[in-house]
Amino acid sequence: MLELLRQPWPWYISGAAIAFIMVLLLFFGKSFGVSANLRTMCTIAGAGKKVKFFDFDWRTQKWNLLFLFGSVLGGLVASTILQNEEPLRLSAATIEDLKSLGIAFDGGLNPSQLFTADVLTSPKGILVLLIGGVLVGFGARYAGGCTSGHAISGLSNMQLPSLIAVIGFFIGGLVMTHLLLPLIF
Amino acid sequence: MKGLKYILTGLVFGVIMAKSEAISWYRIQEMFRFQSFHMYGIIGTAVVLGVLAVFLIKKFRMKDTQGNPITFQDKDKSWPRYIIGGSIFGLGWALTGACPGPMFVNIGYGYLAMIIVVIGALSGTYLYGLIKDKLPH
Repeated sequence: MLELLRQPWPWYISGAAIAFIMVLLLFFGKSFGVSANLRTMCTIAGAGKKVKFFDFDWRTQKWNLLFLFGSVLGGLVASTILQNEEPLRLSAATIEDLKSLGIAFDGGLNPSQLFTADVLTSPKGILVLLIGGVLVGFGARYAGGCTSGHAISGLSNMQLPSLIAVIGFFIGGLVMTHLLLPLIF
Repeated sequence: MKGLKYILTGLVFGVIMAKSEAISWYRIQEMFRFQSFHMYGIIGTAVVLGVLAVFLIKKFRMKDTQGNPITFQDKDKSWPRYIIGGSIFGLGWALTGACPGPMFVNIGYGYLAMIIVVIGALSGTYLYGLIKDKLPH
């Protein structure tokens, strides 16, 4: 069993399991949406005293923070008990494209040249991660949700605004991938 | 220990995201280059089953574990915030290879540099709260 779980999980198992998580949260009386936690964290840090948007009772979101804490543990479990030594099976075309950008495929989940501790010695490396994070945080709140809140919860409830948001996710993603990444790297 | 079920649900979510490589920067690049079905398969399967589940929950007026009817909140009807906010989100998603869930799963996985992305995301969220009244929604 453990051996089976250690293998990379196919997309249909993952997709079904994500739908299961969404449904489970609905039966707990909650709504699946991860980026709301970023707002809650700002509130806990005291942002509500200065900015009205953060002035709400964060305890109503305690469950979501616990969910987020659990997901960190999930990452830890995946990289230890369920660790798989085989390299990621990335498509050859992507490996080639990234190589021309100067980003090597090293078989891990994330390129080590962008995500290891070495990045801390490179101002550009820090800036890329920081600005990318700002865009994700700002955009998620502006759009009222992220991949979980819009693409999964919203589309499952056939919300047109969520479809528009997902189209936006792709406009931004395609612009970054095809137009901006060659300028950045 | 009422909170334990949320921690466990999150833990399963984290394992799913990591083991299906949905937290991978490489996989997100592959998706935005249309070079693999993998990520589309994940999101597509989740949405198709999600639509079915929401339909059944509504049709049979199912209740949650507390006995309250499960309700769904409609999103505000407009488009500027979704298309502009969504595009800004997409720029960051393709750059960092991580949306809010995977950022945290990656930290647990051992990619500690993702903490910088999270700091950025918190700053971005704060910035939005600061200027939201000046933005078109």
